[in-house]
Amino acid sequence: MAITSTAISERRAQAYTPGELMVVSAAREIRDGEVVFVGMRLPLIAFVVAKKTHAPHAVGLFENGLIRSTPAPELIYTMADPANIKNATQCLDMLGVMSLLQSGRVHLGFLGAAEVDRFGNLNSTEVHGTNGMTRLPGSGGACDIASLAQRFVALLEHSKERLPERVSYVTSPGNGDCRGWRQRVGLPRGGPAAVITSKAVLRFGDDREAYLSSTHPGVEVEDVLQNTGWPLRVSEEVISTPEPSVEELKAIREYDKDGFWTK
Amino acid sequence: MSKLLTLRQAVADLVPDNASVALGLQMEQMIPFAAGHEIIRQKKRGLTLIGPISDILFDQMIAAGCVKQVIAAWVGNVMMGSAYNFRRAAEQGGLKVVNLSNFTVALALQAAAMGVPFLPTRTALGSDVARDNDFFSQIDSPFEDKQSPGGPARLHAVRALNPDVTIVHLQRADHEGNAHCWGNFGVMIEAVRAAKRVIVVAEEVVDTEVIASDPNRTVIPGFLVNAVVECRFGAHPSPVQGYYKRDNAFFRQYHEQTKSKVDSETWLQRWVHSVADRKAYMNQLGGCRVEELAVKQHAYAAQTDFGY
Repeated sequence: MAITSTAISERRAQAYTPGELMVVSAAREIRDGEVVFVGMRLPLIAFVVAKKTHAPHAVGLFENGLIRSTPAPELIYTMADPANIKNATQCLDMLGVMSLLQSGRVHLGFLGAAEVDRFGNLNSTEVHGTNGMTRLPGSGGACDIASLAQRFVALLEHSKERLPERVSYVTSPGNGDCRGWRQRVGLPRGGPAAVITSKAVLRFGDDREAYLSSTHPGVEVEDVLQNTGWPLRVSEEVISTPEPSVEELKAIREYDKDGFWTK
Repeated sequence: MSKLLTLRQAVADLVPDNASVALGLQMEQMIPFAAGHEIIRQKKRGLTLIGPISDILFDQMIAAGCVKQVIAAWVGNVMMGSAYNFRRAAEQGGLKVVNLSNFTVALALQAAAMGVPFLPTRTALGSDVARDNDFFSQIDSPFEDKQSPGGPARLHAVRALNPDVTIVHLQRADHEGNAHCWGNFGVMIEAVRAAKRVIVVAEEVVDTEVIASDPNRTVIPGFLVNAVVECRFGAHPSPVQGYYKRDNAFFRQYHEQTKSKVDSETWLQRWVHSVADRKAYMNQLGGCRVEELAVKQHAYAAQTDFGY
């Protein structure tokens, strides 16, 4: 069958980068009306995409002291960029937004990490490997978000090194090493809801261990398993991660015009 | 009494070797780069740097050999990732790093600001941030806690932290140090209250009447301040709301130009040691770049009536 020009342009619109798929997958974790604690880097744009598509009533909290009910009007590189401040809902201090997080008012928090393990614990402080210690920037607000949000979602590149069986340093507590661990150490609530990687989405079972929930289009289950640092359990109903919609891609590309975050 | 000083005088008088210095408290906005560069030029040594996150300024001061210890939640280059001098110094053991989280930096400063030895929190329980870290101690709540009905709540006590000097960059102050700021505050207010000495660096020094006209915008009362410095463009490459934008290219170039120790020294030579002050720095940056970063579209807040 001959491909019409419309079909070609539609196909072109459907082509997307791994970064775009990760951002869209993260954005979809936000339910409309939720209060979201938005971390540095990739989550900044996931919040914008959610606001512009399915979650127009979501509210964003940023650790610098900012609360936003509308997406930033132009691309931001940091949460304190002037475009993120202008027309904010509130602009005050860190203790204020951290207090809202601690008192349980935040539904969902986003974090990046260098390492994520089998129980969803995150490391962004230091990696101890065969070549000695590699120092990373540190927690920032990640430890606080993982400790105190009602649930959190982590984003990272998928590789065996970055998904070890056990992180070498727990910057941000996930499920520890079993069900009941968070309660035992005194954490008031929360835990990981999903880990969005460049190959797949992992979720967590009743025993609080990660399992493979979906693989990104074109990625085989075997590929994910070979690039994960422990024998990853696979859901009986592994699906293909839903592709970005035209609207979602439009929201990303109008915003991140040069693909700084999503190339 | 006027507290107006040049940046050179303020740093010479108020930042001794081995001091603990809090700076970069408004996160990625209004980072006192000019003050940090002056500390580097005066070859201060043995400093402890305190902040929530640091977007490349700590890295520069570490590269220059000013720092023996960092107490912070995050040190890097926010848009680019790692900061190489911090990383090298931490990996090679020359730099002591006390890891906190953003919330616990804020709580440590707030405890000091309130004059109590600690504040309780639920954050970081079960994490390695709190392990072997003398800023944390586990305690049981002395009061009933509705979030843990089964027994006393386990909490972290976060130890108070009093910086010797807090350095703040903001939009405007009067000559006594009463200061206005707008944009995100981060942990600035508690760091000012917690500090033994305070340096306020302002884009503009204005009449006292300007500050008094809007007391809700006054984030620092002058009686806490030891020195006021007027320094236009003193936060570049970080942004100052209403004055100039973030210089994203500068952060990118810093990332590319400081990967090795030698390259970092070249960078410091060019942007810090060989420029006498902020005016010379701006000259080197060039008029076009400065103009490009200026506010293009003003966005004034609605007027506020304090009349009665």
